Amino acid sequence: MIFGWMNQFAQSKRSQIIFFAAYVVLTSLGLYFIQDSVIAFLLLLFSILILYYLKLSNKAKWIMGFLILAILVPLSASHGSAYQSYMEVGTLVGIYAAMSLGLNIVVGFAGLLDLGFIAFFAVGAYTYGIFASAQASKFMPFGHYPLPGDTFWLFIIAGALIASIFGILLGIPVLRVRGDYLAIVTLGFGEIIRIVLNNMDHPINITNGSMGISSITPPDFFGISIGNSSQFYYIVLAIFMVVMYIVTKLEDSKLGRAWKAVRDNEIAAQAMGIPLVRTKLAAFAIGASFSGMMGTVFAAKQMFVDATSFTYLESTMILVMVILGGMGSVPGVILGAAVVTILNTQVLTEISNWLNQLSTTGAIAIPDALSPAKMQRLIFGILLIVFALYRSQGLIPHKNKKVNAEELKKAASEGSSSPEAGSPSPETALVNESRTTGGVDL
Amino acid sequence: MNILEVRNLTKQFGGLTATSNINMDVKKNSITAVIGPNGAGKTTFFNMITAVYKPTSGDILLNGKSLVGLKPHQVSKFGITRTFQNIRLFHDLTVLDNVLVGMHQRLKSHWAGTLLRLPKTRHEEKEAKVAAYKILQYVGLADYVNENAANLAYGAQRRLEIARAIAAKPRVLLLDEPAAGMNPKETKKLTDLIHDMRTRLDVTIILIEHDMKLVMEISDFIYVLDHGELIASGIPEQIRNNKRVIEAYLGKGAVSNAQ
Repeated sequence: MIFGWMNQFAQSKRSQIIFFAAYVVLTSLGLYFIQDSVIAFLLLLFSILILYYLKLSNKAKWIMGFLILAILVPLSASHGSAYQSYMEVGTLVGIYAAMSLGLNIVVGFAGLLDLGFIAFFAVGAYTYGIFASAQASKFMPFGHYPLPGDTFWLFIIAGALIASIFGILLGIPVLRVRGDYLAIVTLGFGEIIRIVLNNMDHPINITNGSMGISSITPPDFFGISIGNSSQFYYIVLAIFMVVMYIVTKLEDSKLGRAWKAVRDNEIAAQAMGIPLVRTKLAAFAIGASFSGMMGTVFAAKQMFVDATSFTYLESTMILVMVILGGMGSVPGVILGAAVVTILNTQVLTEISNWLNQLSTTGAIAIPDALSPAKMQRLIFGILLIVFALYRSQGLIPHKNKKVNAEELKKAASEGSSSPEAGSPSPETALVNESRTTGGVDL
Repeated sequence: MNILEVRNLTKQFGGLTATSNINMDVKKNSITAVIGPNGAGKTTFFNMITAVYKPTSGDILLNGKSLVGLKPHQVSKFGITRTFQNIRLFHDLTVLDNVLVGMHQRLKSHWAGTLLRLPKTRHEEKEAKVAAYKILQYVGLADYVNENAANLAYGAQRRLEIARAIAAKPRVLLLDEPAAGMNPKETKKLTDLIHDMRTRLDVTIILIEHDMKLVMEISDFIYVLDHGELIASGIPEQIRNNKRVIEAYLGKGAVSNAQ
């Protein structure tokens, strides 16, 4: 009885919307009045996931998701002292989500395992870092540096372009190898970029070596200098929305199909006319460009870059986001990025703080070898193993987009102007289509 | 008129000669079979035509133009597509998407057009889906449009490979053991399909097949390979009684014993 009623409730569109609105209002009020409650903040973010599962049109979901993220979250968090730290978390989630979507194109769609993905993030970060600080004046023969903060907006695009060029540079040698070897080569590439950046202070000082580049000019938005997380949050949100749009559109396009075809069977893909090199390079370039854009934002936000932010561990972390979320699944990958980022920055630190407190008050005795700070990684590792064992397809497994078969059937029967009215005649339609639409005439 | 001409085609893998000096003339709109015992070099021959392998020497001419030196995806652009002996579908794509991939080189749209949502691109995509659906109706797989290719039954997977290949609108269609693993009923359906494709799609079909009943029934012309060499060619009647062919299949002495 109760289940039947609940089922009916869950199926009805109106009750879904009412439930969702109540949830959002409740959690945002919760966050508004209990500012220090991380739980309230997380619950409000969780509403995006609920939204994903509602039976609404895609357009409605996009609009509501945007409203929640752009207005409701900042507004309800803005009340108290933890505002900036919440927005910092939001910013980080956005940065990692965009990068995971980029890596998802390479790994999830095109099936090319890339273990050095952070390199493109580094390239974007250094691009802005060098020119928006006094660093560029050390080797550039002309121009005045640092460049003013309003060039930041151009650098987002420049970061994307330069990162995609590096993506192609990586792609060209890498395309000769497959599988395990590809992973090793990309791993090497990531490390090479990091080490080169770390050592490019002589003979010409380009990156300032291990000292890093400091006092990077913050972005300038019509005279307003953007300095804190609550402002960067909006930049990241805007870029993330663009990235989302690009990924969802490309996934269901000719290029997206070509990527997946190459992933599933290279030889057959080639036999169907897919140029292997160009298709793989496109995956590398587009994936890298997302990372490059976010790298620019990262440099502007930190106002400091050095090579230690771009270690192999970071590449792995992004790969974990993709795999944990669900390879090839766009919502999954975003969720994966959010879960891993929030775990690392909020949940696990909260837990270790709490344990720390307990041990200092003497409630429990924790030996030094198991200090809560070290436990963070341990818990994270255990979580990964549990997921790998029990949810190997990811949090939201990839699903192929379904077409409306009835609609196609109708269109197919209308399209063929067969003499026998009523009966669809696909064969005649096949022949009637002129051959000039395809192939090269010899 | 010959659509495909093969001249002295030789392929060596190191010291091993997979095919040597093969010559063939394939008539336009014909059904030509390439047969021979296992390891005779039939698939190697197909792989050379589709540029998976580069021939050691010799030439392949499509309508008089050489295909040697092209990349595999270019060969498909010139109008030759194929199916594979060991099924090579895109397992994690839907049945419809598999056929759409087959149309890849016919679709003109560009990724920029996709992102800008140009009406032309959207229109083309829509048309392509309808055309793909028609092809699936033709091979009898229209009920499975949204199914993942991996979930199809074996015979259906073979038909999907054919659907994907004809989606490219080929001039020459290469079928590598299309009836392998099929039961007699399925083979009969396949025979009808091949016959029908030749007339309706105006395509030249070359097939590798071990099912002699099927080969003798549908082929206009047969080439027989053994140990990489062409040992016989002719119409089915000639091949059936060819001494060298019987020897190749049954061993030396088989002919005299039978007599």
